This record gives sequence, C-alpha cells and structure tokens, in this order.
Amino acid sequence: MRTKLHLPKDRVDYARQLARRITQPVADFIDGHSSVTVERASLRLAGADGANADGVPVPNLVLDQIRAADPALLEEGATLRYVNALLKTGDEVPALNAKIAAGLDLMSLPLGDRGAIEDRARALAEAAAAKVKANRLHRDRKLEEFRDRNNKPLLYLIVATGNIYEDVKQAKAAAKQGADVIAVIRTTAQSLLDYVPFGATTEGFGGTYATQENFRIMRAALDEVAEQEKRYILLTNYASGLCMPEIAAMGALERLDMMLNDSMYGILFRDINMFRTFVDQKFSRMINAHAGIIINTGEDNYLTTSDAFEKAYTVLASQFLNEEFGFRAGLPPKLLGLGHAFEMDPTIKNGFLYELAQAQMAREIFPEHPLKYMPPTKFMSGDVFKGFAMNAMFNFVSKATNQGIHLLGMLTEAVHTPFMMDRYLAVENAKYVMNNMEDFYDDVEFRKDGLIVRRAHEVLSQTISFMEEVESIGMFDAIERGLFAEVKRPKDGGKGFEGLIKKGPGYFNPFEERLASELGLAGK
Amino acid sequence: MNVIRPYGDTMDDGKVQLSFTLPAPDGARGREAARKLVLSLGFKDCEVVHSAPLSAEFSFYVVYGKTETSVDFDAVVADEASADASMGMDEVNEFIRRELGRKVTVVGACTGFDAHTVGIDAIMNMKGYNHHYGLERYPEIEAYNLGAQVPNEKLIDYAVKVNADAILVSQVVTQKDTHIHNMTEFIELLEAKGLRGRFICVAGGPRIGNKLAVELGFDVGFGRGTYADDVATFIVKKLAERKGA
Repeated sequence: MRTKLHLPKDRVDYARQLARRITQPVADFIDGHSSVTVERASLRLAGADGANADGVPVPNLVLDQIRAADPALLEEGATLRYVNALLKTGDEVPALNAKIAAGLDLMSLPLGDRGAIEDRARALAEAAAAKVKANRLHRDRKLEEFRDRNNKPLLYLIVATGNIYEDVKQAKAAAKQGADVIAVIRTTAQSLLDYVPFGATTEGFGGTYATQENFRIMRAALDEVAEQEKRYILLTNYASGLCMPEIAAMGALERLDMMLNDSMYGILFRDINMFRTFVDQKFSRMINAHAGIIINTGEDNYLTTSDAFEKAYTVLASQFLNEEFGFRAGLPPKLLGLGHAFEMDPTIKNGFLYELAQAQMAREIFPEHPLKYMPPTKFMSGDVFKGFAMNAMFNFVSKATNQGIHLLGMLTEAVHTPFMMDRYLAVENAKYVMNNMEDFYDDVEFRKDGLIVRRAHEVLSQTISFMEEVESIGMFDAIERGLFAEVKRPKDGGKGFEGLIKKGPGYFNPFEERLASELGLAGK
Repeated sequence: MNVIRPYGDTMDDGKVQLSFTLPAPDGARGREAARKLVLSLGFKDCEVVHSAPLSAEFSFYVVYGKTETSVDFDAVVADEASADASMGMDEVNEFIRRELGRKVTVVGACTGFDAHTVGIDAIMNMKGYNHHYGLERYPEIEAYNLGAQVPNEKLIDYAVKVNADAILVSQVVTQKDTHIHNMTEFIELLEAKGLRGRFICVAGGPRIGNKLAVELGFDVGFGRGTYADDVATFIVKKLAERKGA
C-alpha cells in the first residue's frame, strides 16, 4: 500500500509493542480463569440447549446444579458433569437436555471414569468443530460464487423492531435495497442478563433478543435473499455483555458472519466487572476466530462519551489493544474489524479534514483489517436534512480512505428507530457518493506538510504517550483510575464478578483445548 | 387573532412536504394511493413528486400538499418548563452564591434498562454539549452522574446518601412506553418512602415533554434541545422559591 501519511514505521511498531506489554498481565490472568458463561458456552458447543418451564436455559441449570452441590466443583469446569451425565444415562445430547429441563439433577449422578468422560467430551468437541467448519466452508463457497457482487466498503444496516418476524421483513427489504450486512440489534437489557433466552421472540425494547432460534430464522431469511440478489448477505449480532462467549458459540453454530466483540466495552460502558470481561472476551474471540467470524470492535463508543477531536488518540489506542487481544485469541488481521467513528462536532473548522486524517491513519496502520466505520450519531439533531448532508460527508470519508465495513447513517438518528424508508435513503446516499468517487482512493494523495498529514502524526504521537502511561500504571489500575473513556471502574466492582471461576488443577475443557489447537494457540 | 398557515414561497400558500412508506408495490397505482391518502388528510392539492420501490412489497413517496388549515398563534400556549430565558453558567453560580449561600447537589442517571447515557451526559458531564458546559463544571454545583441502567431504587438511595437537592431522570428509549413505566415507578417509590417533597424531580429525554413529566409527578420535564443551563436555572430558581416560602 502506498502511504499518504508517511507515518514512521518504528513508532507504529513501538505502539504495537506497548499493546503487547500492556495486555501481557491481563493475558496471564485470563489463562488461570474461566467464568460461568465460558462454561455455558462450552456446554452449548457440546449441544446443551433448551430451557425449563420457567425459561431457565439448560446450560444455566447445569451450572446452578454444580454450584448448589459445591461451588468448588466449578473449578473443574462444567463439561465434566454434563458429559458424565451422558455416560451415566446412556442418553444422546437432546434426550439429556430434555431430562435436565424436566428437572434431572446432574449432581445426583456419581462421577464415573474420568478417562471415559474425557474421550466422550473430546468427541463432542470434534463434532462441534466439524459443524463450525462446515458453516465456514459454506460461507466461503457462497462468497466465491457471488464474488465481486458486494459493495466496497460493505454496506451495513441495522434492524431493531423487537420482533424477529418483523425484523425479517425489514432485513429482507434492506438487503434488496443494497445492504451487504444486516445486524439485528439486541433488546436494550440483554447485555446485563447472565443467561441467553431460549426460542423465537417477539417482544423487545429497542431491539430483539439474541437467541439461537432468532439467529436461525434471520439466517434462513438472508440466505433466501442472497440467492435472489446473487449477493452474500452477512449476518451480525452482538457477542457482548455478560454472555459474550455463549452468544459467540451460538453465532458459530448458526453461521453468523460478524459479531460485535470488544475487549473492554462491557467494562467501560456496561459496568461489567473487568476480570470477568477479559476472561469472557478471550474465549468468545477464540470461538469467533475458529468460525471465521469478523469481529467489530466498539471504539465508536469512546467518542459518544468523550470529544472526538480531543480524544482521537483513545480510539487509536483502543484499536491497538483490541488488535493485540484479538491476536492473543487467534484472530488474524482479516477478521479484525477494528472500529472508529465520524463523530466530530460539525461546527469545527476543517472537521472533515481531521476525520479524513483519522480514517486514513487507521487504514495505514491496520492495512489488512476490515475497518468498521461508524456514522455520526452524537451531533444528529432531528434536522433530518442536515443529518442527510452529514451522512454524505461520512460516506465520502469512508470511500476516500477505503474502509472495510460501513455502517450507514440514518437521517432520523436521534429521532426514532429507523423507518424502512430511512434505510433506503441511506443506501441511496452511500451508493451515489461512493460510485461518484470509485477511484478517489487510488488517485488522490495528501500534501506532505499539510493539515491531514500533520494531524495523523500528532494523533499517533498522543496515542503512544497515552499507551506509555497505561503501561506504567498497569491495565487494571488504569481502568480503575478512569484513563479509558473517562469512566472509573473498580476492580472488584461491576456486574458478573461472582461468575468468575478460578481454574483448578483438574480443570477440563475440551472445547478450549480444541480451539487452541485449531488456532495454533496451544502451548503459547 | 393572528392566524398563520405553513409558508412555502407565498404567504398563506399552505405548502407542506411529506414523505412516507406504503406497504404496496411502487407504480402508478401506488402513486395514486399515496395521493388519495394525502388528500384524505385534508390537503387540497397533492403532488407526488417522487416514488421508489423499497422491496417488492413496499414503496416510498415524497409528496407536497396544500393545506387550508390554520392556527391562531395568539392562542398558542407552549409546553415548556419556563417562559423565561435560562441563565448562563456564570449567572447560575452567582445566583446560587447570592440567593442560596450554599452548594447545590444534583444526582442524575438514565434509569431502568435504558442504556443511553447521551442525554444525561450532555447535561451533567464536564464537557457538556454543543458549547454548553455540563453541571460538573459548575463550581457551585456538586454533580453526580450515575450513568445508565441505574435502578430507580439505587438512584433514590444515592440521592439520600449525598443529600441531593435535585434528581435528574433521563429516559431515551420510549418504545412500548417503557419511559412512562420507569418514570411512574420512580415517583411511586419516592412517595412510598415519604421522600417526594425532599427533592426537585427533573425528567429529561428527547421525547419527554414538560406536560407529560408534570402529569407523572415530576416538577418539570425537559425535551430535545435542552442544555445544562436550562436545567440548572430551573433547579436553583425552584430552590430559591422554596427557601423564600
């Protein structure tokens, strides 16, 4: 790639080294721990599914039973007890799920021969890996069959009705209008639920529950449109909140293509305990990596709480950290959809040039990554006409800097959840702008001593200073002191802390083993 | 009487622009359906200037209509917290020093499951919004922003703990009237604890009106376009009023 910004390579390399050093103590902590949702995700990969009459999912029932018998037993991992029950009852997975949902207590069954349990568990891990690989293969084949039919960048639209069947209508229309990616936004409370609801759902607030059945319904609908449009439609959901790895597991099984997955979002913006989040993000990202799912990181959120011009360096720092946490979980650059956003105050003089600098800087520092670019939201006012113009500027920057994933801005942002016609207008806007400047990226360079180049150098340098400070304080303390996003999160505070599990000497998780070996992480 | 109508390019021409989606295919029949719909709204003239398919079953229209309906501007009463102009940050601080002689404590949160901090941040955070500093920047105000997804119970407990003068409740999500349930529950909780009289209760959000907020038992409601100065002005004037009473 020809550089337009002439960023010093040694400084960029140094920032990556800082990211490596900053995340090392976190990685050491992660290695010694699991969590209730990591265990439940493993059970889901084994096939645990369904719910009891009160709607408590089978994976939660298993964890609750183990904890009730003796919380220390969780240190061995939950898979052991689930697979033991398979052997003791002689059931296959669906029959055992039904029994657990009907009230069978796994802890009433004596623990059998460990070797036999491990063999059976590894066979289940093998089967799960095969299923996920088949999904991956199917996606690759379709992408090949419909190659060059998607927009560049990929046009990404959100549906959020609360009712999965209504979402399907809107998603199909959005795909017909030209969207490449459909995200089903989640109901506003879901990130704080320590379980994943079961079955198809028709009630949600500001979004639709992420359930495995809902994933299946939307996947089938988008596959249908893809055949008509001869364009693969990527499906996105949120591996975030208290159930990151479980939702990642469901996404892997139901062939989602992208998942929101940020290493620190839950800590900073949902007040989830930091240790819990770090443990959860690792396993969820391993699952994403194996499934070939592109993650979308959440740097845009930094800019909704802080000023996008002054705090631009926090975005780049977070991108470096998300990248490093991603590498540590086996995600290659092409699956790292690092985020950023067009959120500068529209009254700033030359704001457009600064946005261009930021986006081009991300492009050059992360050349193989499918960067996820987010539209203006904070300064969308309800003046839909001005909003439409702002979205056009955003579309311009995205195309001018060759972004990978382009979340379309809605002219009615801050007014209501998008109308069907709002999405249409957003696609029309993007197609007009992007077609008009198809070769702009290859054709235009920036003045070496100009505003854009100088701004990018300045932000990189601020980023390095910031990361040096984080390194000297230490990641956990830095979060506690409010260095990120201006929010302070105590180490033992936040939601989900009680769900953290210390791995005991007898800890057994064949899914983690399998993923680590598939991803080349074993022994690291 | 001061009768007014929408103004396109001539006084009283009554021109209005509309856009909407119909669950019908695009085409001559769709456009005629759009025209008839707009006429049925009472518009006299109607021109469908643009239509486009959104899918096989849905179509989009841009329509101009002409209305003869009018409104008597003199008879209009606005649903606003106060007709008076708000004081600026410095004026508010000066007012507190002069009229109250002590610091004012404000606690705020986006309550219930609502995860949107953008509203409460715009009012409370140091930085503020659109060049209006937030309450945290006011030297005479102790501001505590508890963030989003705060249960009503927790917000009230915190307000008691720091001996707040005012509580700000932000509600952004209004789908299925969650904001109404949340706001009602907040006031009911305060009343059940016998604390309603102790705090000035302020509701805010892009779709919160003063009328709605007052109906639900708040002292005031602030909608779209509100800044920290507006909220601060209301609170300090109310405190001065209570002090004088």
